[in-house]
Amino acid sequence: MNGILKLAFKLLINDRAKFTGLLVGITFAAFLMVMMTSMFAGVLHRSSSTVINIGAPIWVMDPAVNTVANTIGMPDYVLDAVRSMQGVKYAVPLFSGGALVKLTDGTFQPVSVIGLDDTSLYGRPQMESGQIEDIYAENSFMVVHDSEFAKLKNPPIGTEFELNDHRGVVVGIAKVTTSGLFGVPTLYTTYERAIQYIPSPRYTISYVLVVPKSLADAERIHSQVAQLGYLALTREQFIQRISNFYTFQTALGLNIMLMTAISFIVGLSISGQTFYTFILENLEKFGALKAIGAKSYELVSMILFQAGFTALIGYGLGIGLCTTVVALARLRIPDYASMITFTNLGLALGMVIIIAAISSYIGVRKVLRIEPFEIFRG
Amino acid sequence: MSEIAIQAKGVSKWFGDGEARTLAVKQVDFEAFFGEIVYIVGPSGSGKTTLLSMLSGILKPNEGSVTMLGNDLWALSNDELADFRLKKIGFVFQDYHLFSRLTTAENVAIPLILQRKPWSEAINEARKYLDIVGLKSRADLPPVKLSGGEQQRVAIARAMISHPDILIMDEPTASLDGDTGRSVLSFVKTNVLDEKRCIIVVTHDVRINEFATRILTMEDGRLTAGEGKTI
Repeated sequence: MNGILKLAFKLLINDRAKFTGLLVGITFAAFLMVMMTSMFAGVLHRSSSTVINIGAPIWVMDPAVNTVANTIGMPDYVLDAVRSMQGVKYAVPLFSGGALVKLTDGTFQPVSVIGLDDTSLYGRPQMESGQIEDIYAENSFMVVHDSEFAKLKNPPIGTEFELNDHRGVVVGIAKVTTSGLFGVPTLYTTYERAIQYIPSPRYTISYVLVVPKSLADAERIHSQVAQLGYLALTREQFIQRISNFYTFQTALGLNIMLMTAISFIVGLSISGQTFYTFILENLEKFGALKAIGAKSYELVSMILFQAGFTALIGYGLGIGLCTTVVALARLRIPDYASMITFTNLGLALGMVIIIAAISSYIGVRKVLRIEPFEIFRG
Repeated sequence: MSEIAIQAKGVSKWFGDGEARTLAVKQVDFEAFFGEIVYIVGPSGSGKTTLLSMLSGILKPNEGSVTMLGNDLWALSNDELADFRLKKIGFVFQDYHLFSRLTTAENVAIPLILQRKPWSEAINEARKYLDIVGLKSRADLPPVKLSGGEQQRVAIARAMISHPDILIMDEPTASLDGDTGRSVLSFVKTNVLDEKRCIIVVTHDVRINEFATRILTMEDGRLTAGEGKTI
């Protein structure tokens, strides 16, 4: 390490109280910022779970649909029309809805039901046990083995239940990439059985899942579907639409942004003030260094190094604390909705760097302004 | 006569403008030679610290010139002047200005570290200088664990470590009792002063007059005739 930076390093870490104060401020800020944004990312990811799990490249829906949960039924002719469009390789219907399951002990449990196209079973889940073909057997359902599975009393294959006075039988246990947002178990069955068992309005197709001949056809399909008065979105566009809804049309996004901003301000206040005190305490010494022959840029590099070093250590500790909390939470809630993404980490790093930059700017200004002559004057 | 170490011609310094202008130093001519300890004495506010700052390249005079070791100080750029101070001038400040979070050896090594000497080399050199000032055993302690006299000797070691030609001491005995003050100046005279070095001391302390080669008095911003002595 460069001698001047080593000097700065020793000045920083040997002042344990202030160094701890700085670290606490930045660690706390980084922890809160990453925690908040990762919780939000987790919620957004979960909110798109059906889109991710089904995996269709293009989704056709009513233009008023904002989330997977609030489906609006479409008439059958939409499916026929889409199937006849140029660029469409094939298209299938999908049912997505909610229902109440009556368990053998008489208790009721809300569930989410996905009805797959009877012919192709397009979007079927991966099986943990049982055969997917068994879905065609009478009254059969697949149960998704996620954190909500226990709410159905961990049903083995063969377990019976009632769904809207219809008999249901678990014929397979499935697994999916992402669990849902609303904390209810998920059942898969065929489209026909789903609309037969679950009370439905006049139009029953929740989504038309489209596989285009090529990805370049997506735009053409989009415009043809729009002429029908419906909306065709790619998987990514649909996920973005859902994210936008939760971010901008519910209080969730605003609250998370507020909490993140508050974390930033708290971190900035603690670190800024502590760093300022640290500089003030050493101001005369920096003046003496100037008198001895230190150049301004050397003093600036010392301060920037101190701020940068503290910021990076605090950032690392904040991330570590966050992952520990998420890991601990997952011991209790296995599918705890928190997702630390590179975007979250990048955002928090950016904000921590801003905290360090503002804190050091105050110090740099002070140090650049101190005249060595002041040191002689005492 | 020895070679001139510092020469100031007609230096003046004022602070503020208009009616608020205060003339701190008025048209001062000054010379100091290698091998001598020059004291600048005078009452508070007489301008001696301002003169010292101008002589040492810290405060730019409004008028006049300062030549040190043949260099016109105020013709140098800021970075050149900083380099010049670092290599040619040693400073001993009134309040020592030692970093309490560094060890004594690290404090002494600072000028060498600023000169980009490797850390371990600088610390080893600092230990040698601490040995010279009689504080070898205190090398790894923080300065706050040392007495006032010891801290002053640490400051002297720091000023000496880069082998400066000029040593500037600002009120070196202000925080010391009489005996310690005398022992510090005695040490400086015996161990630091030589024919290739010039020492300028600003002081109020008449108890250390015996160590001066020449004593100049400042009053109202003017340098008046002083008492001259030979070593």
